[in-house]
Amino acid sequence: MSRVASLTRATLAKDLRLEWRSKDAINSMLFFSLLVVVIFSFSFDPTAEESRRIAGGLVWVAFLFAAVVALNQTWSREMRNQVLDAYRISPAPPNALFLAKVIGNFIFVTVLQALMTPLFIVFYNLRALGPAYQLPIVAALGTWALVVNGTFFAAMSLRTRSREIMLPLLLFPISIPALLAMVEATGAILTGEFSARFWIVLLAAYDVVFTIASLFLFGLVLQAE
Amino acid sequence: MLPAFVVTGLVKQFGRFAALRGVNAEFAPNRLYAILGDNGAGKTTLLRALAGLTPPTRGSISMLGTSDLRSVCSQLGYMAHPSLLYDEMSGMENLRYFARLYEMSDRGQNNEDRCAEVIRAVKLDPMLTRPVGQYSQGMRQRMSLARALLNDPKILLLDEPFSNVDLRSAREMVSLLKGLRDAGKTIFVVTHQASLLEGAADEFIWMEAGQIVSRTPNLTARTETQ
Repeated sequence: MSRVASLTRATLAKDLRLEWRSKDAINSMLFFSLLVVVIFSFSFDPTAEESRRIAGGLVWVAFLFAAVVALNQTWSREMRNQVLDAYRISPAPPNALFLAKVIGNFIFVTVLQALMTPLFIVFYNLRALGPAYQLPIVAALGTWALVVNGTFFAAMSLRTRSREIMLPLLLFPISIPALLAMVEATGAILTGEFSARFWIVLLAAYDVVFTIASLFLFGLVLQAE
Repeated sequence: MLPAFVVTGLVKQFGRFAALRGVNAEFAPNRLYAILGDNGAGKTTLLRALAGLTPPTRGSISMLGTSDLRSVCSQLGYMAHPSLLYDEMSGMENLRYFARLYEMSDRGQNNEDRCAEVIRAVKLDPMLTRPVGQYSQGMRQRMSLARALLNDPKILLLDEPFSNVDLRSAREMVSLLKGLRDAGKTIFVVTHQASLLEGAADEFIWMEAGQIVSRTPNLTARTETQ
């Protein structure tokens, strides 16, 4: 276990360093999310009441599409110069690589959320009428759900010819329960009309199931040709 | 002494195309092998199969007496045609990361010293802070060899190590490989520049259409049999 933790730390540090130098993922995600915020705000011009109802869907769809950009970047970096082969022939456990990628993507998407949330609040005149302290919990659980599946399916589609298209095709259907839970929970917190507890528990269960399944299967994905 | 590799009935198919068609061979340890053949002969596929990167369609490979290649992967060094290095990091940063994967510090080796040692062995400067992406092709090739040597492997698999390298550097690499062979390592070199290895390689392995067609002690022996 300590070996996995130590290699996860090493790979995560390497990924953060590479992203810090290239800023590929974060720049593309920011640009994409910014476009969504601005275009939707000009297109709909909703009232504060309407905003609270639609914001859950809008925010999470923006983050989902933006996350796909980061997820593709994560693995294409490993495919450049076939660096992934160097990992495959090393005695390092596959799970360390997977966990590092998931945590890395979680950090990137969380940074994006931290930067974009003030803009969402300003453009959509948002104010939570329900328990606002639940919002960070939903954000963390929802982001984990997106990145754990996304990292796994991005690795799966790595060797396919059109992987940019394959990833959403694989990821979106399997993310529907999580996406529904994120949107409903966010809507519940913003409107204060009903409790978000059920959706938060559903998200947590989804995270546990898919994290365990991905950890079990990632070794096969990594060694596949 | 255990053979470096025993290959039995190795077949590798990519769809309908058979890259390897029943390769049978045994490779003794502490030798330098040159693998030769035209493009598409199956040299790289054989090397990738030996590295455990390409699973065979049929047949088996055993390395150092075991068919569980994963259990002996720390005894293997692999240099591919691409560099297997991160372009955005310096050579030293790359090697530091790969040293962590091999947990060399747990084996009583100092990562920093070892990284610097292999970089010097390929005639590069460990203090070079430029990212690998800004290296010349030849420098990248030598850094790639340094990465393959990092874990002090018993077996080295090198795919086209001399391509894009000037003649002087290529000769230096050959002399380094001879030294490594003399130190007890088994080395496989896939190359189109066979003459560089004349006098250095212990055996020349000739491949054609996915099969080993002959094994000769020198280059002229093959010419004579043709």
